[in-house]
Formats: sequence, structure tokens, C-alpha cells
Amino acid sequence: MKRAGFTTRWLPILLLLPQLAVIIVFFYWPAAQAVQSSFYLEDPFGFGSTFVGLDNYTYLAQSAEYAKIARFTLVFTILVTFFSLGLALLLAVKADKVIRGAKSYRTLLMWVYAVAPPVAGFIGLLMFNQSWGPLTELAKSFGWDFALGVNSTDTAAAMVLVSVWKQVPVNFIFFLSGLQSIPKSVREAALIDCSSAMRRFWDVTFPLLAPTGFFLLIINITYALFDTFGIVDVLVKGEPGNNPLTLVYKVYVDGFRGNDMGGSSAQSVVLMVLVLALTVVQFRLVERRIHYT
Amino acid sequence: MKKLTLGTAAALTLMANTAFAETEITWWHGMGGALGDTVNEIAKGFNASQDEYKITPSFKGTYEETLTAGIAAFRAGEQPNVLQVFDAGAATVIGAKGATMAVQDLLESNGVEFNIEDYISGVRYFYADADGKMIGMPFNSSSPVMYYNVQALEKAGVTPPKTWEEFQTVTAPALKDAGYVAMTQSHLPWVFVENFMSRNDMPFATNDNGYNGAEGTKILTNTPELKAHFTAMADWKEKGYFEWFGTGWGDNQTPFEEGKVGIWFGSSGSFGGLSKQDLPFDFSATYLPYWESVTTEPKQTFIGGAALFAMAGKSDEENKATTEFFKYLTSPEVQYMWHRETGYVPITTAAYDMAKADGHYDRFPAAEVGIQQLSLEASENTRGYRMGFYVQIRDVMNREFGRIFTGETSVDDAFNAIEKEANELLARFAKTQN
Repeated sequence: MKRAGFTTRWLPILLLLPQLAVIIVFFYWPAAQAVQSSFYLEDPFGFGSTFVGLDNYTYLAQSAEYAKIARFTLVFTILVTFFSLGLALLLAVKADKVIRGAKSYRTLLMWVYAVAPPVAGFIGLLMFNQSWGPLTELAKSFGWDFALGVNSTDTAAAMVLVSVWKQVPVNFIFFLSGLQSIPKSVREAALIDCSSAMRRFWDVTFPLLAPTGFFLLIINITYALFDTFGIVDVLVKGEPGNNPLTLVYKVYVDGFRGNDMGGSSAQSVVLMVLVLALTVVQFRLVERRIHYT
Repeated sequence: MKKLTLGTAAALTLMANTAFAETEITWWHGMGGALGDTVNEIAKGFNASQDEYKITPSFKGTYEETLTAGIAAFRAGEQPNVLQVFDAGAATVIGAKGATMAVQDLLESNGVEFNIEDYISGVRYFYADADGKMIGMPFNSSSPVMYYNVQALEKAGVTPPKTWEEFQTVTAPALKDAGYVAMTQSHLPWVFVENFMSRNDMPFATNDNGYNGAEGTKILTNTPELKAHFTAMADWKEKGYFEWFGTGWGDNQTPFEEGKVGIWFGSSGSFGGLSKQDLPFDFSATYLPYWESVTTEPKQTFIGGAALFAMAGKSDEENKATTEFFKYLTSPEVQYMWHRETGYVPITTAAYDMAKADGHYDRFPAAEVGIQQLSLEASENTRGYRMGFYVQIRDVMNREFGRIFTGETSVDDAFNAIEKEANELLARFAKTQN
């Protein structure tokens, strides 16, 4: 095979420059700034500041509340990821079998994808309104005295529900196209070998969907960790109160609401490290067990 | 020839512009909805009142968002001339020496006479420094007051309670028997901590409630009196006298508006909104109750709401314009208009007298409660507080109070947590001030 290449060394670098500049200006530089300001306690207007070393980090490490928020974020991420993927897979498998009206059925499942997170949160706010929300009424008819913003478990349930609802369509689209790319011959061969639809799914279809599933797993974890901010913000009505919070929302609460630059920078650095670790774990450990065709 | 005409025209236009040049200033605020309309009206009134200056107000979101926008703009050198900052942000903006000009200095250096005695007692010192110099101009000043449903109290056969003892033994049981939730409230830290301290004449923080500097300031909330109050509230909730609908303001106001609740603690600034609604009952207002077991001489409350700060780094000409705007804003006519439309208190005695003379309080007696309460006897505990990272401290209080009312924590544990976390935050804030 003939290897294509550049004749000079400078041309590729020159072509890379715009992209590198964007990455440096918009990613590395702010990240470096956050690391730097996490070692200071600074007056937000920029007049006074004290170098405090690792104080902002030890403050976080010793805070029982921060630990509580981290634990909630973990549970929240697991629940949102599990239900978003599980429901989407179920719907995709079922939709794959539909022949009549397939298009409209799929469109109906996909449209929520277009809803922005704050709007999704707002719809959740209406559904869970304390005095007349239809879902509040529904919960009450089952004897669950649901109260958004009062009971923290109820608020958490609403956050998970709205976040899952918003994410299922994305996963659905990917799973459906993943299913449709499985060769017919493979399915037919499986059909001859095994009469149980369940076993055929777990032994043949599911492994073949693994690359899609792995990609979606990463997407869903980052979604639950970061992109649910708008949903959380709207559902707590801008008041943290005794509501459950996610780590990203806590960065906002301390940094933007409370003007604690040092403290929220330290929290951002913690999140950066978390994302880095997550990426390494996923690609090193999980990816090895997945076989792409 | 044509060129010459064009040149002349351009020159003439330039001259005309200089002759009629207005000095333009900007005003960032956090007043949405109907309040925002009234803000725009004030700006319009100022612009129409003279032709040298022009002020442009812009709405920047919630109080917190407005402050953050102002800070970001200041760091970029793009700050507005006038920035509205709310009570909880006062320590941040006043602590940053060099970010603002003291409004008292600004007025005096531009030849406007300033006498703090012209302002209503409860308004004077909240946004002042330790020496009593006014830094921020109180704008939408409010105080927590007790609203009540007149028909509900009549039906229950009670009068508005003067003390918490009366509420507990007489008012609340009667209201409950009459089929009402006796009480809701919309802001626990503001009504039942900050102004509880003032009303019951107790210190809120060391260092003279924090006014004498951030260094070493400690919160004084872990007291038997305050804990007893919250123990009582938890007990009232148990008995069905009190209901808590979460930390959101509106969720707690709505049941009162629906006529399900006898007494609601809100802001004197809620008056405008309540009176514009078609409520299914008559409402009135009176002073916050106090605990007779704590004090027999209840004191005044202090203002909440927000103040206007003149940002530093502006030209003399623009500062002159800002001065003129403040002069216009504090004039009795404008203050009375603002008071009448919104329910916020007028900040000067002249404006208060004008409202009285106009018969405003004969028509709406409830509108006077806030200002009367702010004018009750003062003490060293009633000027307000100056604590940094106070937004977070309020968040901590709201969190712990919520947990008390949902049974997740005990009153003792809650107040220990508040004391510990608030003092950590105060110590951290002190380090930002060096």
C-alpha cells in the first residue's frame, strides 16, 4: 500500500494550528486557570487574595456535605445510565420488529431528543407541581405523598425520571441503527440454531450490539454527570435548600451563586480528574473486552 | 462643491451632537416582571426630567445572577455605572474596596447635601460601613411582615398574634379548628433567623454583627432562644399549625393566596403583588411576633431587598450623571411612586410623610406596616449584619431547616452544623479580603 504524506514538515503543523489554537484557548488555558485559582482564596472583584495551598482541597475532603453530594451524584449517574440504556434497548428491540407504521412509531420515540434540558426540567416542574401536577396526583393515588422540593427522595426521583426521559431517545436512535446493521444472515442462522428468542438475543444480538452499547455507556455517564445541570437547576427552582445536588451543580452554587472562586475551582479540578480517570478506566479495561467487527 | 457640502454637513452634525450630547449611564438590576416595569418607568421618568443624562436599565436575572454579572463585567472593565446588589451580597461588594464608590461620598463630592437622618431609621445602616457611612443606596427595601387572612381570623375568632406565645396557645389552635393551616412562611433564614435576632434584640454575629471586619467574625445562631423557636416550629408542624412547602418562595405563598392558610410571613414588598391579585379574601398585615420569654421590649427589624451601588472606574461626567440619578431616585415623589406601586418601603421620611399626607395608608393600612416596623425602637442588634459568603450561609440554613421539617435531622444537630459550616465559610471569606 502506498503511503501518502506531506512533502514538507511545516505544512501539516500549519494545518493543525487553528485546531490547536482553539483547544489551547478554550480548553487548556481555562483548565490551567482553574488549577491555579484552586490554590487561592480570592475576592471575586479581584482586589484581595491569599495563597492557601491545598486548603480548598482539604476543605472539600473534610466536608460531610460534599461527600454526601458525591455519593448522590454516583447513585444518580448509575440510575440514569442504567434506566436510559435499559429502556432504550427494550424500545429499540421492540421497534425493530414493528413493520406496519414503523416510521411514525420511531419518530414518536425520538422527538424528545429535540427538547433542551432546561425545557425538560420545566416540563418536569409542571408535571410535579406541588398542588396540581398530574404526576404528583398519580403518585398520591398510589398513596405516595409526593412533594417536589420538600422531600429530598421525591426530588431525586423527579430528577432521575426527567433525566431518563430526556436521554432515552438518543440511546434509542443508536440502538436501533445498531440492531439494523446486524446482518440478516447471522440472525437467520441463529434462528435455525435456537428457538428461544431470549437466548438468541443474549447470545447473538447483544454481543453484536456491544460496540454501540459501550459508546452509549460513555455518552450516558457524561450526560448524567454534566448535562443534567439544566434539569437539576430547574427542578430545584434555583434554591439548593435540602434538595439533592449533583457535583456539577455544586460548582455552580459555590462559584456563580456564592462567588467562592477558590472553592469552586478546586471542585472543578476534582471533576477534571474524575473525567480523566473515567476515560482511562473505560478505554483500558472495558474496551479490551469488546470486539469491533 | 458637493464634497464641501458633505463636509459641512458632517461638521454640523458633529457640532449638533456635542451640543446635545447626553451622558449615558447604565443600571443593572434583578427586578423581573411587574417590578421590572416599574424600574423602567423610573428610568424613563429620570430621562424625561432633564436632557443632560440618560440612564439605561437592564435586567440581569436573579439577584445572584446580577451580582455575578456585575463582578464579571468589573473584572473585564465593562462594569455598569449602577449595580443592584442584594442584602446577602453586601459583604462581598462592600468588602471589595475599590469596586464601588460610597454613595455618601459620591453625593457630597458632586455637591448634593447628604444627611443620613433624612432616611428612615431601619434603612440607614444596613449598607453602611463600620463608621456609619452609607456605601450603597437602599433601593428596594423591604422587611419581613406578618400577613393574615382577615376572614380566616374572624372565623376562628382570633386577632393577629402579638407574641409567639399567643400564636402557640390561642391563634394556631383556633385557626386549625376553623379548618386552616395556621401559618406558612417564605424565607426561613430571613424571617426566622436574621430578623428574629433583630426583633428579639439578640446579637447575630461577633464583631458587632460583622460590621467591624471579616477577620474573626463568628455567627451566633447556636443559641437556646433560636433553637427553642425551631423546636416550637417543628412541634407546630407536627400539630398541623405550620406547613412547610420547600425552600422556594412561591410554593409557600401560593397556599396563602388560595385561602388555605391563616397567616403568612412574607416581605413588605409582597404587598404590591398581593393587592394586584383577585384574592378570594381580604388580607392585612402587622408586625412580626416576638417571644415574650426572650424579650418584653421587642425592637425594629432591618431591611432586606437590595441596594444600588455606584461602580468605580467611571469618568467624572458619568459619576455626575449617577449622582443626579440618585438625587432623582430619592426624591419624595419617586420614592412614593415606587412605594405605592410595589409595596417596598419609601427610604426617606419626606417620602413617608408624602404617602401619609396623600392618604395612602388610610386606603391601605397594611402598606404602612413595613415602614412602621422599621421605625420601632432600635438597638445595637438591629442595624443588620455584614457577613461574607452569606449566600452559602443562607443555603446551609435552608438545607438544615428543611431537614428539621422533613425529620432528617434534629434541631440540635442542625444548629451545630449551621454554626460549624457558617464559621468555616466566614473564615474562608476573611482570607479573600487580604
